[in-house]
Amino acid sequence: MTDVSAFAPPQPVWVRAFRAVLRWRRPVLIIPVLILTSVVVAGITADWISPHHPEKGVLVDRLSPPFWSGEITELKTVVPGSPLQKTNVTVDQITEHDAKRIDPDVAVGSQITVVTRPEGTTKYLLGTDHLGRDLLTRIIHGARISLVMAALTLLVGGTMGTVLGLTAGWYGGWIDEAVMRLVDIILALPLILIALVLVVALGPSFQLIVGIMAIAIWPLFTRVTRGEVLRVKTADYVALARVSGAGTLRIMFVHILPGITNSVIVVATLLVGVVILLEAALSFLGAGVPKPTPAWGLMLSEGRDYIAKAWWISTFPGLAIFLTVLSLNLFGDWLRDALDPRLRQLE
Amino acid sequence: MQRFLMRRFFLMIITLFAVSMIIFVMARVSGDPRNLLLDEMATDEQWELLGKELGLDKPYYQQYAIFMGGVLQGDFGVSLQQDRPVMEIISERVVPTLQLGGAAFLLALIVGIPLGVLSAVKRGSILDQVGRAVALIGQAAPSFWLGIMFIFIFAVGLDLVPPSGRYEWNSFILPTITLAWGGFLAGSLRLMRSAMLDTLDSEYVKLARAKGLSTRSIIWKHAFRNALIPPLTLAGVSMPAILTGSITTELVFAWPGMGQLAVQALFAADYPLIQGLTIMFTLGYVFVALLVDVLYAYIDPRIRYT
Repeated sequence: MTDVSAFAPPQPVWVRAFRAVLRWRRPVLIIPVLILTSVVVAGITADWISPHHPEKGVLVDRLSPPFWSGEITELKTVVPGSPLQKTNVTVDQITEHDAKRIDPDVAVGSQITVVTRPEGTTKYLLGTDHLGRDLLTRIIHGARISLVMAALTLLVGGTMGTVLGLTAGWYGGWIDEAVMRLVDIILALPLILIALVLVVALGPSFQLIVGIMAIAIWPLFTRVTRGEVLRVKTADYVALARVSGAGTLRIMFVHILPGITNSVIVVATLLVGVVILLEAALSFLGAGVPKPTPAWGLMLSEGRDYIAKAWWISTFPGLAIFLTVLSLNLFGDWLRDALDPRLRQLE
Repeated sequence: MQRFLMRRFFLMIITLFAVSMIIFVMARVSGDPRNLLLDEMATDEQWELLGKELGLDKPYYQQYAIFMGGVLQGDFGVSLQQDRPVMEIISERVVPTLQLGGAAFLLALIVGIPLGVLSAVKRGSILDQVGRAVALIGQAAPSFWLGIMFIFIFAVGLDLVPPSGRYEWNSFILPTITLAWGGFLAGSLRLMRSAMLDTLDSEYVKLARAKGLSTRSIIWKHAFRNALIPPLTLAGVSMPAILTGSITTELVFAWPGMGQLAVQALFAADYPLIQGLTIMFTLGYVFVALLVDVLYAYIDPRIRYT
């Protein structure tokens, strides 16, 4: 192939600059960052910005569709029947008793237009669930729960994993061996099932779920931290610190830890999505935070039985999980490339 | 090789031991089984008698030994809810779970590996973009949500396939796609792509090019074989996601497998059943992990000597 560009005039500076911005600043990242910011803001301000109460519903308004949906009507034949004997009424029929409530003059055998699904209202922007609770409100409050649980899990698991990784990497020998075998064992456990067993035995609670998830993720921190410590350990500044009389703890936390913070941050960012998905799966299976807490996974599972009648109940919480985790993954990938490309092998 | 395998085997034994310990301890923590089996009218003698029968009067280490003895003989006790041996209930559910898992695994390989290779070979093409989108969705969307959306679109809306259950061949379509996409597909695709990019950039592929071999031969004979190694390890790494995915997928599609049974047992607080299921799942889990390790060591000689 002939290289034409060698003969072509150089591109204007602004084109090259624009290309460079495109390449390095990743404007695509604006969308994930916007999504993440709104999720965080929603989580923090949930109590002030929610239009309704997250756990108390208005039963009369149950299964109200999102505001843009129109009314759905069906033509039904009126058949005789009282409210007590509805068993022999088919889908395209309606009892005389019920029909009289719509139109008092209706006769048996005639046809009547019945509203099977009301119009959406701006009172409930994303509609309501089977108990008449506002979905938007519950999704906003769900953001708070997901974020708080993910943050606590990462704080507990991350601290534990980092400290163990530091210790294992720094001391080496049997301590290293013991810690790393423990890591292998934890990673080999089917934790989702153990979580189910624990929840059956101890009852569902916020602390238990966070504890289980922290146990599931600390080994990942330990692996990365240990590897990084082994790399940094032989650096000159560590040797100099030791010569100048710094103690082991001081070297570990003041000299080594800052040098590996980038990796820990990248791992943590990449794991937020994993933790959110795990929490959603647990609450979907009924082993998460107890009802009626508005957790995204729980809302999704509640809407499962209404999927034919009210698609919005499951769709929107799932969309919230999907967009949040997608944004986190895109952001995490970018952060990894920017801060620490070596961690690519983590995948 | 032998040392490596011994080590993995040892790890498998420890894992099984750890799981059995957790289950045993949890069974004791969750309360006295006699509270469930006897009513308030039971006399002290009945209480003691049943305790003897269940072995509750013995020290804990003996109780654990009895429990393990039962497990090793395939005796997990009797389900509280169904009043049948746990082993009998589980054995009815093994086949559907294996069928669904196997189908999803195959689908993930059939789609993920070629798509990963082609994405790497034609980097930046539309195919590469499609592959990236498939992988991003698979990694970010909860598989149970995908499943519910599939039911809504293809079963309720378009009426193409049955919404749930395990009947004709077409009832396999949605659960298989859901489990593959949410579990293994995204990982195998991404890893295949990056491994392929790495090998295509290696010296021996450049040499093959310099020798004037055809592109097809270079891609499939030289690069592909070596690029297969990283995705294989993924099977081991993504086991948690696959396990979670298979439980939630079975629940979403009312698939009569072990995952659905586990959730039912959970809601009924049927402790012996969930205990037996956990042990069975763990067995399958560690067995697959060991299999992957062996295969890995077989394909990649470098592993055997570390």
